[in-house]
Amino acid sequence: MKSSVIIFPGSNCDRDMDVALKKFGFQNKMVWHNDDNLPESDLIVLPGGFSYGDYLRCGSIAGKSKIISSVINFAKSGGLVLGICNGFQILTETGLLPGVLQQNKNIEFICKNVFIKINNKENKYFKNIEKEVLELHIAHNEGNYFCSSDELKKLEDNNQIAVSYCNKDGNCDDNVNPNGAIRNIAGILNDKKNILGMMPHPERMIDKYLSGEDGSLFFKNLLNNLKK
Amino acid sequence: MTVNEKVAIDHGLNKDEYEKICDLLKRVPNITELGIFSAMWNEHCSYKSSRKHLKNLHTKGKKVIQGPGENAGVIDIGDDDAIVFKIESHNHPSFIEPYQGAATGVGGIMRDVFTMGARPIANLNSIHFGSPQHKKTKNLLRGVVKGIGGYGNCIGVPTIAGQTTFDESYNGNILVNAMTLGLVNKNKIFYSKAAGINKPVIYVGSKTGRDGIHGASMASAVFDDKIEEKKPTVQVGDPFTEKLLLEACLELMADDSIIAIQDMGAAGLTSSSVEMASKGKLGIELNLNKVPCREEKMSPYEIMLSESQERMLIVLENGKEEKAKKIFDKWDIDFAIIGKTTNSKNIELYFDEKKVANIPIDFLAENAPVYDRKWKKIKLPQSIKFKKQDFKALKIENCLKKLLSTANICDKQWIWDQYDHTVMGDTIQKPGGDSGVVRIHGTSKAVAASVDSSALYCFAHPLSGGKQIVCESWRNLISVGANPIAITNCLNFGNPEKEKNMGEFVECVHGITEASKYLDFPVVSGNVSFYNETKDKGIKPTPSIGGVGLIKNYQNMISMDLKHTGNIILVIGKTIGHLEQSTFARNILSEKKGPPPEVNLFNEKNNGLTTLKLINEMLIESCHDVSLGGIIVAITKMCLKGRKGIKINQLKGLINKFEYFFGEDQARYLVEIKKENLPKVNNILKENSVHYDELGTVIDENIEFSDEIKLSIDDLEKTYKSWLRKYMIN
Repeated sequence: MKSSVIIFPGSNCDRDMDVALKKFGFQNKMVWHNDDNLPESDLIVLPGGFSYGDYLRCGSIAGKSKIISSVINFAKSGGLVLGICNGFQILTETGLLPGVLQQNKNIEFICKNVFIKINNKENKYFKNIEKEVLELHIAHNEGNYFCSSDELKKLEDNNQIAVSYCNKDGNCDDNVNPNGAIRNIAGILNDKKNILGMMPHPERMIDKYLSGEDGSLFFKNLLNNLKK
Repeated sequence: MTVNEKVAIDHGLNKDEYEKICDLLKRVPNITELGIFSAMWNEHCSYKSSRKHLKNLHTKGKKVIQGPGENAGVIDIGDDDAIVFKIESHNHPSFIEPYQGAATGVGGIMRDVFTMGARPIANLNSIHFGSPQHKKTKNLLRGVVKGIGGYGNCIGVPTIAGQTTFDESYNGNILVNAMTLGLVNKNKIFYSKAAGINKPVIYVGSKTGRDGIHGASMASAVFDDKIEEKKPTVQVGDPFTEKLLLEACLELMADDSIIAIQDMGAAGLTSSSVEMASKGKLGIELNLNKVPCREEKMSPYEIMLSESQERMLIVLENGKEEKAKKIFDKWDIDFAIIGKTTNSKNIELYFDEKKVANIPIDFLAENAPVYDRKWKKIKLPQSIKFKKQDFKALKIENCLKKLLSTANICDKQWIWDQYDHTVMGDTIQKPGGDSGVVRIHGTSKAVAASVDSSALYCFAHPLSGGKQIVCESWRNLISVGANPIAITNCLNFGNPEKEKNMGEFVECVHGITEASKYLDFPVVSGNVSFYNETKDKGIKPTPSIGGVGLIKNYQNMISMDLKHTGNIILVIGKTIGHLEQSTFARNILSEKKGPPPEVNLFNEKNNGLTTLKLINEMLIESCHDVSLGGIIVAITKMCLKGRKGIKINQLKGLINKFEYFFGEDQARYLVEIKKENLPKVNNILKENSVHYDELGTVIDENIEFSDEIKLSIDDLEKTYKSWLRKYMIN
């Protein structure tokens, strides 16, 4: 399976994503933000980091960059687009996903392990994944997901809330919400379920010597689902 | 502006120095030239008070590729891999403007490392604040932590370890020391020595603004009531530009276009151009109209003295200009050819087609003043005899709880949760352990790094204190299973013009030298920060030592969390129960006097190498060095990390239990071993004449001193983890 990781000026998880994708069997290419065209891909990844310094608003300038129109076309034609952390922020800025990511409620950057509950397995990202709860890592300053009540209702009705912050047993409440996100939302899908944006970083949890290994499950599973 | 003695004094030079400048030039300098002299001759850049003593540091070793004198030190870690590392202070700016001061401290040290061709792979920091009750402390702490995180997180380099202390001597002068490790191929290291005549001098990076003018001079003076007015001398950081600059420089460094490269740190364009020319014994000619400026109508004086961040100066091979420009264009970074190397041995500056400065480089570098300042020897304080009744009313469990919730011992997770410590995907030991550990990407190797200081010990007796920190650094590396290789030091002191402060400096440096020689743990880089003083009140002497070690196979790394119920805990090294200058004496007995614990270098080396041998023979399950708070604090941390308990054996020795549990004797480690390995471990320790005690046995929960005294891990955890969070919220 072929994947492409977009590098924006200020991306800093691009290499980590490249390492993870290759480790689990993707043929990955790195794509510069100023390129006109995407290489042929089964998966496009917008990695974490601080694209364009995140100076105006997180992800906003990247959402207007040259390559992004190709990404939008790819997504609209049903291609798989995964945005992690800053990538999630970029996806909301392009309008491919609804809502916004505000500053964390405690107005501090947060870097730690969290548990997330998988709410929807009817998609290429989580189908057949054995666990209900994954332990992943977050590292962000703006991960506090928010959307209007209409949008929230649509997300819920349409089963688009892919993953939510929870405790190790899968219970979601305020105590385990690291950043103040509405309904503990850690990641969402679009209505067609081909676009996933999430704050946690699976690429940082890909062997037992790191903070954990649940990221490996995510990538292995995604590759298997794409092969089918 | 006409230059005279008063103008020179306003620039931080003294009367003699001004006269020396006029003598050397055989004329009165113009204002630009005076600015350049003041920037090069201030304490921060010239090391005029410290140079004489720094010469004695132990800087050589088999693994040392580059010692002090370059942008950073370099050590060999095998297979053509080398680690570039350095620690640097950003104290004065951080007190005036904590966010930007700390952020640009991190930015500056990372530039020192990637200037040498290395990709930064880990950041560390050592930060010191005033008393928690002092009105400024909370905001300074918040600002500094945000600044360190704001810069490092954005660049995408993990912050893997650090140290935070509180002491009233930092009320008016906080300390912010930032350290970076980078990875480079040892055959592709870049240096700052220019070579060849008529080579283009290239400016890359952010545009030059009026920020930070005289930053280095500010860092070379004591503070007074008017420090708020110094805010404009604090630089403003732009981590995004630094990230682009980093990528662009590393891309250009992939081939052989660069002859020399130097970042524009303290004293900006002045020191970078002078240093490159000076090292190459060349002259340099710059056209200041070519320097990319952010503001209009900047004068030559301002351009030369600006400390705008994220800028580099490069001497390029002829004919490589176009290729280099292409790379910087790709990354949207300014690129300008601003001059050339010459054989004049002078720095010659042009502006609006006029020559605005012409100074022999030697006058700025080699002829800079060197002072042999007077210093006072500091005697070992008299020992204090604690009496039985001092301990009579004390309960060990209450003392432990109290210490766990002191500002200097309590858990610092509130701080490191704000630092991205996992980006780059190779962090295998996070902050909160003895050392941070990152893998060398794609290999089985890992490097461990730790940063330490012990101002209380150094204040009580600088010579012992200096030795002690080097030893502590060495222990922290061994505790994770790393072979200690080398150190970097950041020497934070008060006003060197005072004999007592100078004495503290001289003797700490002696101590550092003695220990690093004995342990074969050389100093490869560092900096000195004097004048950490406000209105006559100086800081306690605070040398920070950053140690780096190698773990050949990262799968054998050791952590401090207790692993299995039934395992045995040993105390390696002898406990005599030294309480003076301990956290216990200070916080429980309210006793601040007495000598610090004795440092016995033979024991330190022998116990350390023997512990390392046990680790290498896979006989150790977990390990933690014994430091502040003694054995009991150390074992409590191991219990909390592993969510395990310990049943402590009855004491056998002659010393009382407070001395045993809270004493801060040096050269000790706690290790967890499997019961069946005890005979082997015993043999190795005996063969090497290392003393050890059996402290107790790992159990599922509680710290049990006896059947009556049991402390629950949950309670201890609450005590240990809540102090800092509560303090910051209230």
